Amino acid sequence: MEATVIRTGTEGKTWGGGNEPLKASYGKLMMWFFIVSDALTFSGFLAAYGFSRFKYIDSWPIADEVFNHFPFLHGVDAPMYYVAFMTFILIFSSVTMVLAVDAGHHMNKGKVTLYMFLTIIGGAIFVGSQAWEWKNFIQGEYGAVTTRGGNVLQFVDLEGERVAIEGFVAELPVTRVANQRNNGIWFSENESISEYTIEEVKAGFEANENILVRTQMVDENGQKTILSREESLSKLNAEAVGVVEGANLTENEYGPPLFADFFFFITGFHGFHVLSGVIINIIIFFNVILGTYERRGNYEMVEKVGLYWHFVDLVWVFVFTFFYLV
Amino acid sequence: MAHSTTHHHESNTKGIWFVFALLSVVTIVEVFLGIVKPEFLVDTKFLAMSLLNWIFIILTIYKAYYIAWAFMHLEGESKGLRRAVVWSAIFLISYLMFILLTEGDYIYDVFESNHVAWDF
Repeated sequence: MEATVIRTGTEGKTWGGGNEPLKASYGKLMMWFFIVSDALTFSGFLAAYGFSRFKYIDSWPIADEVFNHFPFLHGVDAPMYYVAFMTFILIFSSVTMVLAVDAGHHMNKGKVTLYMFLTIIGGAIFVGSQAWEWKNFIQGEYGAVTTRGGNVLQFVDLEGERVAIEGFVAELPVTRVANQRNNGIWFSENESISEYTIEEVKAGFEANENILVRTQMVDENGQKTILSREESLSKLNAEAVGVVEGANLTENEYGPPLFADFFFFITGFHGFHVLSGVIINIIIFFNVILGTYERRGNYEMVEKVGLYWHFVDLVWVFVFTFFYLV
Repeated sequence: MAHSTTHHHESNTKGIWFVFALLSVVTIVEVFLGIVKPEFLVDTKFLAMSLLNWIFIILTIYKAYYIAWAFMHLEGESKGLRRAVVWSAIFLISYLMFILLTEGDYIYDVFESNHVAWDF
């Protein structure tokens, strides 16, 4: 039998094979496909955030008041500094990543190793900072009262400075016990009880003449509305139903529950991207050390993971703007 | 394949540090404006949004451009790839923003002016 050689007559032509469409390798092109679709996912989340924000345009929390913590500066109002620090960490890790790619083009294994290592450290610091930010957000600082309409009422002194609930609550002789499975017939689940009861807050508020209620409504100066003492008392007695400290997915002390939901979901989704980016970077880092790409003859793998890493940075730039600035 | 052998790569570390400086400066400006909140920028409205927010958004897109062009190396890709990436995203995202923000604003108006009690 003779070997059959198939000739299509297209060798060396466009459809003859061996071409790279758009002059990009398969791997890089697929990474771009992924990045564009992931960008659309993120913009879906951010647009949904914008939707809710426009829906509650006059009662949305003011970011500066929510995110105002800085490590070792307890009780100091430091809006934005911490998140700016996180932004710098991420931008800088992007720079070390692009330096690693650059060193890869020169087949400089030592430099690629060093820059990949720095990138991984930067990513780890960012994820850690994110965790700290979440901790502050979940713990809360001042506490608030929830109303029947699903809003929160916060407390301020006569100068308009926020007052924590624990600073003025009255001690009432009430003993509350969380319902347990062994003392209920139709027990399914129990809400965790707040540290103070709404009665204690109301009594404490009545006893302290110099505390006012602050509602969620934003006035024309961009500040939250502070009620007069009489309005405060009547509002509190008529509408308040519960006490909330910190934040979870169903209620939070900062404003509409959606605010915390979006915060957890969007920064969480981004944080998950950073985490997986760090893990992928570590894998590539070890491959670099083992000399895999040296043998392969190119460091394109570093370039591809670099694309993903820059994308994570790119998303953060937008999250930063829409959550903390606008 | 054979990427690094077909054409010689100029080392571009100078450009990288320049972009880093640029991104840092823009971020510092944003943080500064966010803390100070200059009154005339907050009070001046343009297309239903304060001038300050417009500045934030424009600066963000400016940063995004540099990250995509310099760090993700879009400037070196072929024109087709560049356009496929950029315009797909821009068209779809602008459409999404337009629809959702318009709708959110409409719902706000309903709450505001119709007989719907939502703070009771």
